[in-house]
Amino acid sequence: MSTTAPTAQQVPTPETVPVRTRKRKHRRANPWGVVAWIAALGFFFPVFWMVLTAFKQEADAYSDPPKFFFTPTLDQFRAVFDTGVGVSLLNSAFATGVSTILVLLLGVPAAFALSLRPVRKTKDALFFFISTKMLPIVAAIIPLYVIVANIGLLDNIWALIILYTAMNLPIAVWMMRSFFLEVPGELLEAASMDGANLWTSVREVILPLVSPGIAATALICVIFSWNEFFFAVNLTAVQAQTIPVFLVGFITGEGLYWARLSAAATMAALPVVLAGWLAQNKLVRGLSFGAIK
Amino acid sequence: MAEITYRNASCLYENSDTLAVDSLNLDIQDGEFVVLVGPSGSGKSTALRMLAGLEDIDEGSISIGGRDMVGVPSKDRDIAMVFQNYALYPNKTVAENMGFALKMRGVGADERRRKVEQAAKLLDLTDYLDRKPAKLSGGQRQRVAMGRAIVREPQVFCMDEPLSNLDAKLRVQTRTQIAALQRRLGTTTVYVTHDQVEAMTMGDRVAVLRGGKLQQFSSPTELYDRPANAFVAGFIGSPAMNLLDARIVDGGVQIGSTVVDVERDRIASLHRAGLETVTVGIRPEQLEITDGDGVETIVELVEELGSESYVYTRVARSDTPLVARSLTRTPARLADTIRLRKREGTVHLFHPATGERVGD
Repeated sequence: MSTTAPTAQQVPTPETVPVRTRKRKHRRANPWGVVAWIAALGFFFPVFWMVLTAFKQEADAYSDPPKFFFTPTLDQFRAVFDTGVGVSLLNSAFATGVSTILVLLLGVPAAFALSLRPVRKTKDALFFFISTKMLPIVAAIIPLYVIVANIGLLDNIWALIILYTAMNLPIAVWMMRSFFLEVPGELLEAASMDGANLWTSVREVILPLVSPGIAATALICVIFSWNEFFFAVNLTAVQAQTIPVFLVGFITGEGLYWARLSAAATMAALPVVLAGWLAQNKLVRGLSFGAIK
Repeated sequence: MAEITYRNASCLYENSDTLAVDSLNLDIQDGEFVVLVGPSGSGKSTALRMLAGLEDIDEGSISIGGRDMVGVPSKDRDIAMVFQNYALYPNKTVAENMGFALKMRGVGADERRRKVEQAAKLLDLTDYLDRKPAKLSGGQRQRVAMGRAIVREPQVFCMDEPLSNLDAKLRVQTRTQIAALQRRLGTTTVYVTHDQVEAMTMGDRVAVLRGGKLQQFSSPTELYDRPANAFVAGFIGSPAMNLLDARIVDGGVQIGSTVVDVERDRIASLHRAGLETVTVGIRPEQLEITDGDGVETIVELVEELGSESYVYTRVARSDTPLVARSLTRTPARLADTIRLRKREGTVHLFHPATGERVGD
């Protein structure tokens, strides 16, 4: 079977003209592009200032007018480490990591079932998941506190892991479902005709396709868990303290030390930025398939 | 040996109260190329998916090579399927796509490569074995889908409108190639299409379905020459057969003010059946423009195809459309009044109420 050369290309197409004008239009400064740049810089500046301040001496941090050029120092980071940030960082990392893994282990199969193998009442199940996010957490904190106290998990990192898993699971199911819905059902059928059982077809065919979705979902879970404050401040004290709680404590304790506070905040923000940067590759690749037509 | 038998096979979709496939009976011989054809909603795809194990057989049975397939999962049926959208694995290369089934069966890497290369050669895909499907043209993807099926050397090929995503020229070309490939491999094939030209040109036998029910299952020429009912008569052939209700008179049937002659014994059998009117089927090529006696019609449209032309008319003083083929260029102009005469050959007669073929 051979394809003949398409004759359409030999015919001069009228398309060539609009393409050229489109290009020229593109080169002209787009007012929305300028607005976008201003907005982006506006959003980025506080973060930039925080990082900059973290490398200053306290005297430089206080100077008026603000200093852009100074001798950078790691003193502030050393000082933050001396106050015991390490435990909080470890707690946050542990709670974030374990809860994200749990969410993916539970949420990905659930989303698969709710999209590619829909059952009766699929809509109801989906609504149930999202409805758990409708109650304000504040309204639930007292019963939660009582329950956590009764089972003896106060100031225990596992209490946070359970809560973070429950908190992120609905989002993960909904997100993953939308990725699974883009997988053509025929792929599963083709795999089953090729002799693959369910597990093999999921591993060999479906998972490679939805891996960008899994990366995106994991990133969202990491961000939400890492930054979570309300549960952490109410259910932990010293042992299980996470980094947002530590930061707040730091503000009250050392609120006047701008540079040191900036260093602590920078350290708290760094892991999430790193996670986003690592996932970016997968995220950008997106879901351009080529399986269909 | 892979003959296929449908025995009263039925399929009911959830949330539906009509059967998608209603008591289908088919006997498909080993090595035969059978086409299931029908309009959308006729159940042709469902019938194929029941064979492939992608749809439940709710009643009756389907057997392949004498083995009952009720409750047997797809992967154990030894069937390969070509999907309408090809369903290639986008993350695998062409070679991996084609070799996947063999890998699942535990065939060694060397053997696998040999078979894939063999099939690739057959399909002119050798240069593309390392590419991903996204980097292929539509025609190439179609061939990979075919390759994935033939590499496995299955008992049965199932093809669900495999050509509908190709452009017209490639479709015609690929049509003949698939038919030739099937003859060469000798694998029993069930092919679904809504295109009656594909059905006529590719199939050893064609099953026409409508509303989940089998209308006729016979060779393409038989379908064309002796349609079992008015639906098949109107579905097979392009432009469609003229079907018009006519009064039975002495020596024939009356169309407009003209009597079209019908053999004496067929008229007699219509009388015996107690009919006064009958649905008459005349193919466009059975009608010609005449200067003499004929049905008076008014021209509504002329389609020039180069080698022939079709004249779309309406019978004078009535609403009945009539299409005639003409072998001359520009046989008539719009709004002309022309007379049409039946050429040699007999007309088809169908029961006016049931549509069944009558009068033979």
